[in-house]
Amino acid sequence: MNKTSVASKIQAEVDLQDFSKVSTNAALTSDQKVEFLRGMVRIRRFEQAALKYYNQGCMGGFLHLYIGQEAVAVGTSSLLHADDHIITAYRDHGHAIAVGMDMKECMAELFGKATGCSKGKGGSMHFFSPERHYWGGHGVVGGQTPLGLGIAYALKYKKVRGATLCFLGDGAVNQGTYHESLNLAGLWSLPVVYIIENNQYSMGTSVERSSTFRNCLAQRAEGYGIAWDTANGEDLYEVRAKTQGAIQRAHKDCRPTVLEVRTYRYYGHSVADANAKKYRSTEEIERHKNFHDPIRLWSKRLLDEAIVTGKLIDQIDEEAVREVESAVQFASGSPPPRETAIFEDIYYEVDHATQAGCSGTHFFR
Amino acid sequence: MPLITYRKALNNALAEELLRDENVVIIGEEVAEYNGAYKVTEGLWRRFGSRRVVDTPISEAGFIGLGIGASMLGMRPVIELMFWSFAYVAFDQIINNAGCIRYMSGGLIHLPLVIRGPANGGTNVGATHSHTPENFIANTPGLKVVCPATAYDAKGLMKAAIRDNDPVCVMENTLLYGERWDVPEEEYLIPLGVADVKRSGTDVALIAHGRAVLTALKAADILARQHHIYAEVIDLRSIRPLDEEAVLNAIRKTHRAVLVDENRPFCAVSSQIAALIQERVFDELDAPVVRVCTLDAPAIYSPELEKRQLPTAERVVSKALSIC
Repeated sequence: MNKTSVASKIQAEVDLQDFSKVSTNAALTSDQKVEFLRGMVRIRRFEQAALKYYNQGCMGGFLHLYIGQEAVAVGTSSLLHADDHIITAYRDHGHAIAVGMDMKECMAELFGKATGCSKGKGGSMHFFSPERHYWGGHGVVGGQTPLGLGIAYALKYKKVRGATLCFLGDGAVNQGTYHESLNLAGLWSLPVVYIIENNQYSMGTSVERSSTFRNCLAQRAEGYGIAWDTANGEDLYEVRAKTQGAIQRAHKDCRPTVLEVRTYRYYGHSVADANAKKYRSTEEIERHKNFHDPIRLWSKRLLDEAIVTGKLIDQIDEEAVREVESAVQFASGSPPPRETAIFEDIYYEVDHATQAGCSGTHFFR
Repeated sequence: MPLITYRKALNNALAEELLRDENVVIIGEEVAEYNGAYKVTEGLWRRFGSRRVVDTPISEAGFIGLGIGASMLGMRPVIELMFWSFAYVAFDQIINNAGCIRYMSGGLIHLPLVIRGPANGGTNVGATHSHTPENFIANTPGLKVVCPATAYDAKGLMKAAIRDNDPVCVMENTLLYGERWDVPEEEYLIPLGVADVKRSGTDVALIAHGRAVLTALKAADILARQHHIYAEVIDLRSIRPLDEEAVLNAIRKTHRAVLVDENRPFCAVSSQIAALIQERVFDELDAPVVRVCTLDAPAIYSPELEKRQLPTAERVVSKALSIC
């Protein structure tokens, strides 16, 4: 059996299963299921507003939108325990909101304001919230993968039963750092879960054009003796079921997992390539929007399960829109950082005026 | 005071800090069972075990990134690079992650870690293994850079670096590992950012860091004995934070400066010192600031020529004579 048919067989089996019955999902209350919908809608509305105000010139830099991938962040973060951690790359708004960061501080960060989660110093790609165990927000493809490993290493060293979910894109699997990380994760048996959000394009280059072993990116983990799996990113139940298995492996066996979640982004890599129609067809994008949208599918599921009504879905959406509007108002009404902030938060000692900070000059003004 | 090697002083510093703080671990290639490629970690694995002294595969980006991630959760990893020249495969981790995360998170995240290892040329290993990246690293706000010139400084600075709450890059000098100095047995720390007057003088300031300090001292000796010129030798010890006042005071005292630097001259540490002097104490100068750097070419293999490529006491003497 060649590689292609192995991978397609795996995918076919995956698609046949109903993941609503697995224990982690069967135990869900109706309220929790509604909260997942709310979580996804909030991310989508946030991202749509971000795009709108970006186009109005309210923010600078790059803007990598998470629209289409919401089930991944919401599904995975819904499983986090008290000692679990998350780290991701530059498409980081969805994960930030999913772990509970306030939309206001996120939007203010995009607007470059002092009230932003990173005081206007990080921007779109660099959201952080250590108190929520959310360690960024990293701008360089694959650069976060060894950092996630280090967080897992610290958990193991401190004998804490926890896991680190480290998100990366399909483009990052071709970075050396990712392979170094997998080797170390396998070798040292670290409780890290690498979640490849395969949205099928690394910037403008499709998986077909960027990866040798492209039918199943997760399967490369075999070369490092690491368990792997795939999940359909449009099915929140499946994302949860597969992530749960990986987290258990981390907690119980202190072993890593690579989980590839097949997903899709409706917009470009960043707003620089807008709808990205240069490298994919309108039909392809429309097909995903119409038939594979995670929010639509989850809404339908909840309607089928008679957990929500159409009215409640509309209400959730309206609330999200209002929340985002209020975040935008907060952001636009917030002051920019003071000029002196340029020189703050560089070094610990300077900021806290400890004895070491009194000696020498830390930077050139 | 016992006379011990630079290598042993570093070893003692690491052992003391491992003993003092459970969050300190040593991570790197061949640091444990092999006892360290340059034997700086000799005996530590046997004494502290595999949990505290950790061998890695040859995987700099991986284990430096790992150290950064671990420091986010409150550990204090000491990462050994077999050569600072190998840091270049991990520059994303060192510059973008260690250097920038604190700032980009608005001060939410502290990264208390040390990246250490041998740097500099002089061992005839050619261009790829002889780099002096203190100027590259010091160019990134958020990183600290320390270059100890003696065993005494190496121990005190290393201990301070491990206790520092920011990422500190310690650049040891391969050629110094076997040299001996007096080092007290009792504990001491040398704060980062405090330069040291290694020799007092009135006629010219020789400003250096790392092994170039020893070159400067040798030159000062020749200047005094043969030319009755009394040089003050300033050891910067730390490049970032930089003890600007020590440099300025030396100029105010001597009114002349020779900068001795194992960096190549283009965008070197000494370029910064020259700019600092020019900006702040120009009126104090009685002569132009001059420099003695590593000659501006990749490190040459030829043992005979590499000696001449690095700053020599003779070149320092000749530059000093040209301005005195």
